[in-house]
Amino acid sequence: MSAPLLSVENLSVAFPGEAGPVRVVDRLTLSIATGETLALVGESGSGKSMTALAIMRLVPKPGRIEPEARVGFEGRELLSLSVPDMRAVRGAGIGMIFQEPMTSLNPVTTVGDQVLEAIELHTGLSRGEARSRVIELFGLVGIPDAKRRFGAYPHQLSGGLKQRVMIAMAMAMRPRLLIADEPTTALDATIRAQILELLRDLSAKTGTAVLLITHDFGVVNEVADRVAVMYAGQVVEEGTRAELLGRPRHPYTQGLLRSIPKAEARGHRLEEIKGAVPRPGHWPSGCRFHPRCSHAFQPCPSVAPKRTAVSASQAACCHLLDRSVRP
Amino acid sequence: MTILSADALLEIRGLRALFPIRSGVLRRVSGHVHAVDGVDLTIFPGETLALVGESGCGKTTVGRSILRLIEPTGGNIWFRGVDLTSLPVDAFHAYRRQIQIVMQDPGSALDPRFSVRDAIAEGLEAFAIGADYEERSKRVAELMGSVSLDPEAMWRFPHEFSGGQRQRICIARALAVDPTLLICDEATSALDVSIQAQILNLLADLQAARKLTYLFITHDLGVVRYFATRVAVMYLGRIVETGPTERIFAAPRHPYTKALLASIPSLDPGRRSTRPAALGDVPSPERPPPGCHYHPRCSVRLESCSREDPPLVDFTDGICRCVLAGAEREAKANAA
Amino acid sequence: MHWISDIVVVLLVLAAIGLWRYAAHDRFWRENAIELWRRRRLAIAVVGVYLLIALMDSISWVDPAGEANALTSGKARTILDRSFQPETFTEASYSAPLASVAFYGGQPLLHPGAHLLGTDLLGRDVVYRTLKGARVALLIGGLTSLVVIPIALLFGVTAGYFGRRIDDAVFFAMTVLASVPTLLLLIALIMALGKGTVQVCVALGVTGWVHFCRIARGETLKLREADFVAAARVLGVREGTIIRRHILPNIAHLIIVAFALSFTALVLSETILSYLGIGLDGSWGQMIDQARNELSRTPVIWWNLAGASIALFTLVLAVNIIADAMRDIIDPRTRRERR
Repeated sequence: MSAPLLSVENLSVAFPGEAGPVRVVDRLTLSIATGETLALVGESGSGKSMTALAIMRLVPKPGRIEPEARVGFEGRELLSLSVPDMRAVRGAGIGMIFQEPMTSLNPVTTVGDQVLEAIELHTGLSRGEARSRVIELFGLVGIPDAKRRFGAYPHQLSGGLKQRVMIAMAMAMRPRLLIADEPTTALDATIRAQILELLRDLSAKTGTAVLLITHDFGVVNEVADRVAVMYAGQVVEEGTRAELLGRPRHPYTQGLLRSIPKAEARGHRLEEIKGAVPRPGHWPSGCRFHPRCSHAFQPCPSVAPKRTAVSASQAACCHLLDRSVRP
Repeated sequence: MTILSADALLEIRGLRALFPIRSGVLRRVSGHVHAVDGVDLTIFPGETLALVGESGCGKTTVGRSILRLIEPTGGNIWFRGVDLTSLPVDAFHAYRRQIQIVMQDPGSALDPRFSVRDAIAEGLEAFAIGADYEERSKRVAELMGSVSLDPEAMWRFPHEFSGGQRQRICIARALAVDPTLLICDEATSALDVSIQAQILNLLADLQAARKLTYLFITHDLGVVRYFATRVAVMYLGRIVETGPTERIFAAPRHPYTKALLASIPSLDPGRRSTRPAALGDVPSPERPPPGCHYHPRCSVRLESCSREDPPLVDFTDGICRCVLAGAEREAKANAA
Repeated sequence: MHWISDIVVVLLVLAAIGLWRYAAHDRFWRENAIELWRRRRLAIAVVGVYLLIALMDSISWVDPAGEANALTSGKARTILDRSFQPETFTEASYSAPLASVAFYGGQPLLHPGAHLLGTDLLGRDVVYRTLKGARVALLIGGLTSLVVIPIALLFGVTAGYFGRRIDDAVFFAMTVLASVPTLLLLIALIMALGKGTVQVCVALGVTGWVHFCRIARGETLKLREADFVAAARVLGVREGTIIRRHILPNIAHLIIVAFALSFTALVLSETILSYLGIGLDGSWGQMIDQARNELSRTPVIWWNLAGASIALFTLVLAVNIIADAMRDIIDPRTRRERR
């Protein structure tokens, strides 16, 4: 098995609090292989967006990445790179798109110029060459009438088109990894389907790996190869798409999937996960999910569960799977 | 359909809401946005009617017009036979009790300076329900219990609660005045999946216990499929199809409905959704395409669709605004 | 006429007590006040001292006939007056701080070494004059604002909430006033109204309400579109009640910050008026005005200017620091980070 493209080990991100630093991401470990799409799923407060920002070293102050973390990308340790070197990685090696295309684009420059800027920053192409590259990119991301759209301002474009421009900007330097943070949450249903299809095709065509951050399992099913589920700053389960959607082993994943409204559930109550996601700094002891878990038993409130492999590709952090603990 | 149904709770005919577009140096009105462009809708007691559509289709405007948060430019709204649109503002006040709203963002729907008790009691005070402060506080405690909130918490402030709890507070507030019709305007769209399940269960329980009717405005078809009894699909200010939920999802008639359904991501790992059936982007409501508003994105459009307004085809279980639906029905009638 | 001042003081004290009890009852204000005290103790203490001095200079009474002497009989004297005894605690003319001889001539002083900041042209103790100026400054800043704010709120909130014609009318008035240079308008008003405390306050008020009004109108426009206002309307709450319970409390904090900042602006405006000779008697501005030709002498007579400037500077600085801290505390964005 070849080395992973991205390897995150022991990542913790903490913010200062009244009683000391509060972690929002806690000793997280995950990896992405070349060309693979990994979906990082979680609800609000799980720490998934902060994980993405940490990989890009864009954690907003006063947050900081704790020193034991390791983020390996293409064999290099990102956390020990100098600021100019890291800047070169961002955009050229790793691209990122955000949830709100409305606020991510500069309203006073044309979209063409903004993508141009990204290209000129990282290559030595002449203006003419760079411009053709931009138009080529627009075509790649499915922006119709690319030449005319080059001179358009963000407010003249719809949400879907703006998101395509964002993707074009992120893909401008053919990064090997694309981080997409809730890229379709703010879009309409029909546009969402188009953007998801675009992400799938792009990844296949260019061999770009994708780290997709989302809360929507439907989106996961559309684009992901592998899935990692986050809860309270940690990964609680990971596996292939088929494994996680078909045979989830962690009670949280199971609860989440069962609480999604489905046609078959008509007329019946939806399954609920009682309680609410705990806030950072107020995480329960032992297994963080135990107060809400219907299968909680003796070790859960006091002992944190270990990562147990269920198959070659699936693993979950739950005492129920740990044969040494079960009675 | 201009016949008023005798047993309808709410009946909307020809609703129009135009917003002026001001441009130029003198800010003169250069045109209008037809946010709602001739909407007919009937809501029957006890049902959950889902009003679905994408951004810019006007569904939120319909909801706000019913509540007269926006004054409609044309059309009529009857509530139990009374024409609300013809009532002056003072006379309309009494009817406000009957129709309430739960909004999308519970964070901004609650005044941060109001304690939970004051927020829920606001309607009670406005309609002079309850003899005094104590009695109203007791009612607030009852309401909080019915939405599974601890009544002891009534002295706290909204920022101390989670999103799901805040939405429960909003629901309690709306129910305080005993409405008959509850408009849920994207009430679960901003909530996490697990919280959404809790709120949907709560809404279902409340509907059974208090005999409520829901107008459920949303863009989330998964929720509609689970929760609604009937569906009305809107596109750019017009209703393009209505019908019972099961039939709409099993056999949609309008091309836009079909495209919307095709865009619902499936959760079955063995199946990914088919290629998206709607082309291009949602056009801006300021410049709707001529003829059938949907024709530029329609995969089965005819040449006439860009010129003529589509006819309203009436089926027994709903309507469909598409020339092909009419042809389909004729073909069926001829075959029979 | 001195009893007017006494009554006003009593009313103000009662109002302050009432406000205190309301704020203590309301969790929002209580928490913010405690936080403010925690962060800016020194500045609050300084402003407190100024308030105390002004208070001491506001309560006055006339000595009954038996106790008065020739100099003080029939005159209402304040607590400050009684502490300093200005009628006897004067010299002939200028004297340097803590000097024992007069500045010009060198004659021995009546109270050698007792004048901390020396004496002015008329031999009055500079410290006494500086302290007297506190009342004038607080009067200008405080009283004017207290009159201006309700009027500006009334216009601003109704213009923002009801819009259309009311908004047009208020906007028209605001723009007219804003297009006349403030200083010229002030001078013209005082020329018309004449010199005097009330007249100056009125003139400053007329030119100052626009700023408040604009803030109130802007915030009201925003709040009018808030979801909770729409919810209140749907719940049947009447417009007047919405304004009272939702709009006003949510702009109150902004008004307070604006008040603190305009307070200092008003005090400084009065200084300029005094410079032009149309300010209030006994103000720091007047002292600074007198310093004009004092500074051009050799050796320089600086203590008049020093006293007034330091007092003015300290007050303005303290109020600004408090206002800044208040803004940070009340701003919902920075508040969340605190938790």
